[in-house]
Amino acid sequence: MAARTEPIIGRYVHLTLGGRPCRVYFEEAGKGIPLLCLHTAGSDGRQFRHLMNDPAVTDHFRVIAFDLPWHGKSTPPVGWENEEYRLTTAAYVEAVMTFSRALDLDRPVVMGCSMGGRIVLQLAFEHARELGGVIGLEAADHQTPWYDTEWLHRPDVHGGEVCAALVSGLVGAPAPDEYRWETLWGYMQSGPGVFKGDLYFYRADSDFRDRVGRIDTRACPVHLLTGSYDFSCTPEDTLRTAAKIKGAEAAVMEGLGHFPMSEDPARFRDYLLPVLDKVRGARA
Amino acid sequence: MIERLAELVNADAALVRRGRFLTTDFLVEVGDEPYLVSVQDGRIASVTRGDSRDRPWRFAIRASAEAWREFWQHMPRAGYHDLFALTRFGRARIEGDLLPLMANLRYVKEVLETPRRMARRT
Repeated sequence: MAARTEPIIGRYVHLTLGGRPCRVYFEEAGKGIPLLCLHTAGSDGRQFRHLMNDPAVTDHFRVIAFDLPWHGKSTPPVGWENEEYRLTTAAYVEAVMTFSRALDLDRPVVMGCSMGGRIVLQLAFEHARELGGVIGLEAADHQTPWYDTEWLHRPDVHGGEVCAALVSGLVGAPAPDEYRWETLWGYMQSGPGVFKGDLYFYRADSDFRDRVGRIDTRACPVHLLTGSYDFSCTPEDTLRTAAKIKGAEAAVMEGLGHFPMSEDPARFRDYLLPVLDKVRGARA
Repeated sequence: MIERLAELVNADAALVRRGRFLTTDFLVEVGDEPYLVSVQDGRIASVTRGDSRDRPWRFAIRASAEAWREFWQHMPRAGYHDLFALTRFGRARIEGDLLPLMANLRYVKEVLETPRRMARRT
């Protein structure tokens, strides 16, 4: 084939989550240390496509991103049409660990962004010995809400439009237009009420201020990276969180916002690659 | 800056099209100066100084002159780069009936950001 193809491979895996069968889509590229990537609320695993196309990453890491049920190409569980979707800490942890075990991942490094950055703190707390470390992007143990989620799912406001318009300012001001809009397209495509349901976890069921101080970073190293333009999870939120975790490393990424891997991949890799080098060094 | 809103928005066909279902009046307060922005099918029909009971508005966005000056920079600094960044850090307030704002949020945010294009030219 003459056309350019990408090294990313997509497949479906069948998992039981919350006692119900779920058809879960995932993509992967690369070989080496498993790097399990968790997308933001109201979006999907496509956010990590640039990492999967970066040989500096894929030469050393098997980069894997799955779409949570209800997101991307993962279908909602049967009966969804009569439910209000609400993600919880317990369900999120179950999804990540069940997926990781189903793929026989050996001590994966789990990297999540935003709500994915929140859950990696819980994973480090609860499952340290099964993991090779966590990288929290735009991550904090708690943060202050800045809008009413009721706007996200109602018949008189278009859900895709309002979700994207609410988060648009979380993209860093210098981000290239191409990737800014691709990031927002992900929000425009989310199913009705899915972003809102994710934010139930983010706002109502994941105050981890009581436990992050007990994370054992010798068993599970913690790296936190937050963009300077992120006003949802601010650099101060992240640095405050890191200060409570003995041995955690944190950095502020200048010029980046809340979606570093998808909004400005070139700028992001300058911050991520040194962290991945540390991960490899610790593993060797 | 705000006085140029009609000229900036109406010259942008894509932006006018995005707002084509919106006809409303909203208030933008720059420091102590209120401006009534009148939107007709996505075009800015008028921007007039002053706020009076005779000319009701649906929603109001109020911020200091300093906050708007930073907001309208070509490359605004963090915390001044988005309407909700301003409100999140207490630098702007949104009042009134939020439905027309939220139903047309991308449009209204982009309308408010058009003065950045002037900064680019200077």
